[in-house]
Amino acid sequence: MDYEIVVLTNMAIGILFALSLNVITGFCGQVSLGHAAFLGIGAYTSAILTKAGWPLVATFLPAMAMAALVGLVVGMASLRVRHDFLAITTMGVVFLFTGIVRKQDFLGGEIGIAGIPAPDFGRPGLLVMALACVLLYLIFTIRIRKSWAGFAYDSIAEDEDTARLLGVNVPRFKLFAFVAGTAGAGLAGALYAHQVRFIGPDSFGFVESISVLAMVIVGGIGSIWGVILAAAALSALPQFFQIIDDFKLLVYGLLLFGAMRFAPDGVDGLLRRLFQRGTAP
Amino acid sequence: MLYLDLLIQGLIQGAIYALVALGLTLVYGLLRILHVAHAALFTLGGYIGVIVTNDSGSFLLALMLAMLLVGLVGMASYRVIYRPLLGRTPLIALIASIGVFIASEEMFRIVFGAYGLSYLTPPLQGQFEILPSIYLSYARILVVILAIGLLSLVGWLAVNTRLGIAARATVGDPKMAASSGVNVETIRYASFFIGSAFAGAAGVLVSLLNNLVEPTMGAVPSYKALAIIVLGGLGSVRGALLASLALGVIESYGTIYIGHLLDRDSIAFAFLIIVLMLRPQGLLRRD
Repeated sequence: MDYEIVVLTNMAIGILFALSLNVITGFCGQVSLGHAAFLGIGAYTSAILTKAGWPLVATFLPAMAMAALVGLVVGMASLRVRHDFLAITTMGVVFLFTGIVRKQDFLGGEIGIAGIPAPDFGRPGLLVMALACVLLYLIFTIRIRKSWAGFAYDSIAEDEDTARLLGVNVPRFKLFAFVAGTAGAGLAGALYAHQVRFIGPDSFGFVESISVLAMVIVGGIGSIWGVILAAAALSALPQFFQIIDDFKLLVYGLLLFGAMRFAPDGVDGLLRRLFQRGTAP
Repeated sequence: MLYLDLLIQGLIQGAIYALVALGLTLVYGLLRILHVAHAALFTLGGYIGVIVTNDSGSFLLALMLAMLLVGLVGMASYRVIYRPLLGRTPLIALIASIGVFIASEEMFRIVFGAYGLSYLTPPLQGQFEILPSIYLSYARILVVILAIGLLSLVGWLAVNTRLGIAARATVGDPKMAASSGVNVETIRYASFFIGSAFAGAAGVLVSLLNNLVEPTMGAVPSYKALAIIVLGGLGSVRGALLASLALGVIESYGTIYIGHLLDRDSIAFAFLIIVLMLRPQGLLRRD
């Protein structure tokens, strides 16, 4: 039973993390290759606070705020650099994050932070909490999608200059997407830190950033349900791969390539195609 | 003397970055794709270099063979990875490329082992006094000579041959080039061959400097090379070369003077972010 709870909690955290990137990359069309940095900021903030005696729930807000603060700065950068330049800048952010953490003693340096206290309510409680966070964040993103802002984001993702011409306040929407997205990642980080109870700079690197981007793209960029499906599948995958442990990353890499090569529209596109085939006369 | 020493070390590192970044710039110029899997070709070059040298005893043969084979694998990578995805948004190709890169790192580990390989008798280890009391190993001198030689060769090809002129035309405007009778596919294969061969050469050189090849040796150069081509203004060959040397030198000084705040790899990205904030199109704007 414990094992299933751990797997499910990992899935919930993975979904939250992917949904948060979906706001930035999916809705707003800004590619981020460094989203794991914000997971890390949330995780470190929360871990330091609970080690100082704070209850876990009370650390959620500071964790989100710290991540969102840095997210705001990166969002400002996105107003200045665009497209591939932005992608590489965000990649720089994740390297900068791990680089800084490695050299700071109060963040545990290379070794990281161990002995993060277990939440008072035990593992099942953490799962419930994670699910609640996912649900709240899901409702939040659906509301963005369905509101007027959803259309504005579509237009920005499609063609920024045209959106600006149509009177969409592009900078404000972009900054909001970055703040909301990185705050979500910070929340996922707080949960993550107390799930694994040991964090180090290597847990929040470039590969992790790519994994979450892969979830969003495999799910179908911008599609909320596709992203949830893909995130659930991809974050449970490592557990199923235990049998083929030695080939785990090899299979993962080939899967990523295969998914892009044969189903570039992601799960969302696949479902759509199936559905259309079913109803077409 | 420390200053001069650091400058020379930085320029040598920069020369290696330049060899890796050239292929990435060529690919970006032609296809507008960030070719992460390029770093796997760099690693492959390193392995071929060590294995052939150890088996045949000839380092020169190993270097030539590495460039040839890696060039061919590079052409295959265009055919298999990028060509089917040309009509899609570049993000798709980027993720596919990262997938291939992760898978090939694992292939190297599974085939050659996790601990890497070394030269049985490392070639070119002698030292040479280039300036009073500054010594450089022959291996480092080879890096400089090879980088200058190969890069000038490309510069010469680009200006003086039909292929080079056609390639520059294709980068400028693919449709116009195609309608003027340029075979765009040939240009792409040729660019992948040259860029990959250079990455292969860089892999051999790094294996020589460190006397070690390991499955993960491509990771850091690959991310840095991406940073370099962005710094250089994406697609601008001259910009990429300038950025390579600048980054090599900045890292070299940075590790000594701000190494206690940032590790070597994040110095590169801090520099990248600062430059991009000041000049959003990179050091040299492509035109």
